[in-house]
Amino acid sequence: MLHLDITGLEARYGAMKVLDGIDLKVGRGDVIGLIGPSGSGKSTVLRSVIGLLPPSAGTVLLDGTPIDYRNAASVRTVRDRIAIVFQQYNLFQNMSVLDNVTVTPVKIRKRNRDEATAEARVLLEKVGLGDKLGRYPDELSGGQQQRVAIARALALKPEILLLDEVTAALDPELVSEVLDTIRVLAGEGMTMIIVSHEMAFIREVATRVCFMADGRMIESGSATDIFDNPGEQRTKDFISKILRH
Amino acid sequence: MLATILEELPRFLTYYNLLFLAQAALATLALSAFGCIVGVIVGFVLAFVRLTPSRLWLPLRWFAFLYTEIFRRVPFLVTLMLCFFAFQATGYDVPLAVVGAVTVALIASAFIGEIIRGGLVSVHRNQWDAAATMNFTLPQTIRHVVLPQAWKIILPPAFGFFVMFIKDTALASQIGVIELTYAGKVLNNKGFSAALSFGSILLIYFAISYPLARFGKHLENRLAASRHHRT
Repeated sequence: MLHLDITGLEARYGAMKVLDGIDLKVGRGDVIGLIGPSGSGKSTVLRSVIGLLPPSAGTVLLDGTPIDYRNAASVRTVRDRIAIVFQQYNLFQNMSVLDNVTVTPVKIRKRNRDEATAEARVLLEKVGLGDKLGRYPDELSGGQQQRVAIARALALKPEILLLDEVTAALDPELVSEVLDTIRVLAGEGMTMIIVSHEMAFIREVATRVCFMADGRMIESGSATDIFDNPGEQRTKDFISKILRH
Repeated sequence: MLATILEELPRFLTYYNLLFLAQAALATLALSAFGCIVGVIVGFVLAFVRLTPSRLWLPLRWFAFLYTEIFRRVPFLVTLMLCFFAFQATGYDVPLAVVGAVTVALIASAFIGEIIRGGLVSVHRNQWDAAATMNFTLPQTIRHVVLPQAWKIILPPAFGFFVMFIKDTALASQIGVIELTYAGKVLNNKGFSAALSFGSILLIYFAISYPLARFGKHLENRLAASRHHRT
């Protein structure tokens, strides 16, 4: 059974259709790389799946169970099982690094504080920030903030991790530290959908690559298919432009 | 003028005059405190209602919106008169202080509600989104994430409003509530010079509002300290 099965997904900002019939099949442990030009709807797919922009049509099945985005309990279930990491980190500015990671387990999921704190420490060690527990987001570099955001998402013990251009806001020298963290997660078998412009990275970690343009899924296949032998002209144009840079 | 004040001062500083002024100051303080406390509580409720996304809350959202917009636009004196005549129409003998208290509560709730709402929505959308994706409810989002970041936006205008509001309660004298301004008029009518009567009132207003402003500043420093300035 597919871990996440998206069929005919549509989403709108007001009257404007921004996703048009997206199909995406995600198996357990798959790492999906979503690529495409800016404004193609890649991030919107992630925002729709997590319910920030509820789909206007289509179906999303999580482990075979349909998600009803008009039903608060159904959306809560999705958010218990899927976590998202945002391009702009979205760390809570009023909380320390440790509190950012423990606030949801403790305050929302009502887990034991000591246990949650111990786990958060392990996660922050894992992303290389074990010495920054008491710091606030605005005291960290972009790369460090993004790694805290990843640790915060992992503290929710998600089955699926959505990563929305997690390196796009970072200085080039900070990109590798975030990519290393994602590489480890991919190696551990975490199901992930990664929106990124880091083509070399997508080629390396993605089990399948999907190319989007104008809110549509144009083409999908293995990294080799998409990068070396794309079938669609738009994919070819995009890949050749990207690779020229 | 100073000679007149000095000459009147022994007659002015009698036990009964001071008691009268103290009672009037207490009335002003009570009206202001009641308005501010009820205003903060109801203001939070109004702000919260206006931020709810659910369709089920739509009628309440509209009520909160209309309430806020109407009572922020109607002059204090008009609201006071409306309350005065509304209570009169009920046929019950409602004390004037109650009419004054209801009026200040109505007005303060609308103003403070808008100040709180403005502060909450000023917190970046990405903070709300992050909380939503981690299953925070609206009250949890406001309590744990948004409000701690919104204090620095809410507190300065809120305390500015409180200080202005203390002065506005003077209008309650128009329906006969014996508060500070009314006391000034009474003392003036008793033959004391306007400089002494209203000068004393001015000092008492200052004595009430200055500590409040300082308290606001203190709260601002405590609750709204920017992380950028931490040492």
